[in-house]
Amino acid sequence: MTKPKKANLPFAIANYSPDKLKDALRKMLLIRKFEEGAEDCYTRGLIHGTMHLSIGQEASAVGSCMVLDADDQITSTHRGHGHCVAKGAKASRMFAEFFGKETGYCRGRGGSMHIADFENGNLGANGIVAGGIPIAVGAALTSKRLKLNKVILCFFGDGANNEGAFHEALNMASIWKLPVVFICENNKYGMSTSVERSTAAANIADRAVAYSMPGVTIDGNDLSAVSEAVTKAVVRARAGEGPSLVEALTYRWRGHSKSDRNRYRTKEEIAEWVAKDPIVRFSALLQEHKILTNQDVRELEESVDKEIAEAIEFAKESPAPFASDVTRDVYTELT
Amino acid sequence: MMVDERHSDEADMVEMSYAEAIRSALDIALTTDERVILMGEDIGVYGGAFQVTGDLIHKHGEDRVIDTPISELGGAGVAVGAALTGLRPVFEFQFSDFAMLAMEQICNQAAKLRYMLGGAVSVPLVMRFPAGSGTGAAAQHSQSLEAWLAHVPGLKVIQPATPYDAKGMLLAAIEDPDPVMIFEHKILYKSKGMVPTGYYTVPLDKSEVRREGSDVTIVASSLMVHKSLEAAQQLSDQGISAEVIDLKSIRPIDKDTILDSVRKTSRLVCVYEGVKTLGIGAEISAMVAESDAFDFLDAPILRLGGAETPMPYNPDLERAAVPQIDDIVQNVSQLVKGER
Repeated sequence: MTKPKKANLPFAIANYSPDKLKDALRKMLLIRKFEEGAEDCYTRGLIHGTMHLSIGQEASAVGSCMVLDADDQITSTHRGHGHCVAKGAKASRMFAEFFGKETGYCRGRGGSMHIADFENGNLGANGIVAGGIPIAVGAALTSKRLKLNKVILCFFGDGANNEGAFHEALNMASIWKLPVVFICENNKYGMSTSVERSTAAANIADRAVAYSMPGVTIDGNDLSAVSEAVTKAVVRARAGEGPSLVEALTYRWRGHSKSDRNRYRTKEEIAEWVAKDPIVRFSALLQEHKILTNQDVRELEESVDKEIAEAIEFAKESPAPFASDVTRDVYTELT
Repeated sequence: MMVDERHSDEADMVEMSYAEAIRSALDIALTTDERVILMGEDIGVYGGAFQVTGDLIHKHGEDRVIDTPISELGGAGVAVGAALTGLRPVFEFQFSDFAMLAMEQICNQAAKLRYMLGGAVSVPLVMRFPAGSGTGAAAQHSQSLEAWLAHVPGLKVIQPATPYDAKGMLLAAIEDPDPVMIFEHKILYKSKGMVPTGYYTVPLDKSEVRREGSDVTIVASSLMVHKSLEAAQQLSDQGISAEVIDLKSIRPIDKDTILDSVRKTSRLVCVYEGVKTLGIGAEISAMVAESDAFDFLDAPILRLGGAETPMPYNPDLERAAVPQIDDIVQNVSQLVKGER
């Protein structure tokens, strides 16, 4: 894969076309601006409920999903906006979902925590920590049984690594050699409880040893490092050799959800991680390797700003569900 | 699937046990639909704790009759994910009690995915729950938890009482696009009945009048159907004509069949093995009380359900914890004679 003359280049630069790299940066910007827009709409009372923002974690979502083929699938988490965008969802239909509209991905029935986009292979966010992990393994079982050659990326946070479902699912994926890649986005806190206080293993990737699969801990704010590690895991999965566990170290700049008062971490710690902004880093990398100019980046930002503004307008103007449809789609209509 | 081509000749009936009838349905489904897989603990060479899957692994292979680790939550979740993406898993809990370890995947995931995703998906999942008391297995292997799951919109919950229904409803469940939970009373596994050898289905949402009567309607489920039929026979000796309805499905409940019967008999008795309070009988009673059938009642509604206790081990206590034939005869007799 890596050509000798490019041996010293970062993985992403050596392996992806300029267009693909540019698209990756655009998706990172889209995630960031989508979430900033959602937060703004929430503050202005346009969106109700709650939401879990992944601002600061964009590299793990985009760096992972860019490895996949269009037919491959992902499962996501309550902090799943980034995964959804990275797998190809439209900001307009995501905003429509947040606004509770019929044009949303879930016709306004799911909201932020349950967005799915089956057309693009996103099997869904999940409101239950670790709830999506066995489901990803089930999707991988389907892929193997029906010879679909699909790989499933299973995203979850550090908090999920202490759920029974995590351990049961990794064990089954390994004994049955299923084509699934477990991606732990370790953002240091399960709500307020730090990984140090909650997890007996030094690294979450160490859990892989117990399930006889490769486990690796990487800088989750480095898009190139993420895509390199996930590529290895996806190649292994597609070859029928079984699952891998990738632990991406990252950080959420915002609180856990809208109720968070940030009592469990310091301003200094947050500032330290803001300085490791994955978008700034990836943008600098692309400029350093002459893939984009500063002007190109500005133009990308402007086009993303326009897309977000239009998406919010689309959401505002979309029709709301009828109250009389409250029990529609509990069961499949039999024709 | 070409349903019509697979319909069996009704004349082609043989005697089968309830367990054999289930196995016959699974065999047909595995043979005719490559999407069907079986999952569960010790369902392979062991044949299942109650010998329901039997030797299916030898015919269909370990890739389709899948022994899971002892991981009820994870296993159930794998089945949900498989159903969501194109397979038709039939998941066996070794005992229904163990399903409590998997409630997250059953109730938060399988039941809700279609609704939460705005109707974009279906979850064609079947789960089988060996349930009920009478085996001396005490409090953690003897429960009747069907009402728990029936409280969850998105699930269908059925309790076949005969080998014929066990096979026909299972085949219908496997074809159904939504998650179907099947509660099978362990005492019924060895019960026998005439069953078509080929393919047929029985509706998942219809009750059935098993015995017609005019003085009282007994609505019973699962093993209690058989106890109620025996009680009805004894009651007829006292000159009491009891109608016995086999509920079959508790989500949805076949309202019309029950209300029609109550309008005719003017008395209602609900007999079920699950704990009485907040159980199936409460729902049926309320359904009648909220309808015009209430005006036809000539006696208070009576519920005979499981005692308010964990299932005891001692056999006499175990019998005392669930309605028995004598309890049904005595209580129905008193009700009809106006002694209650």
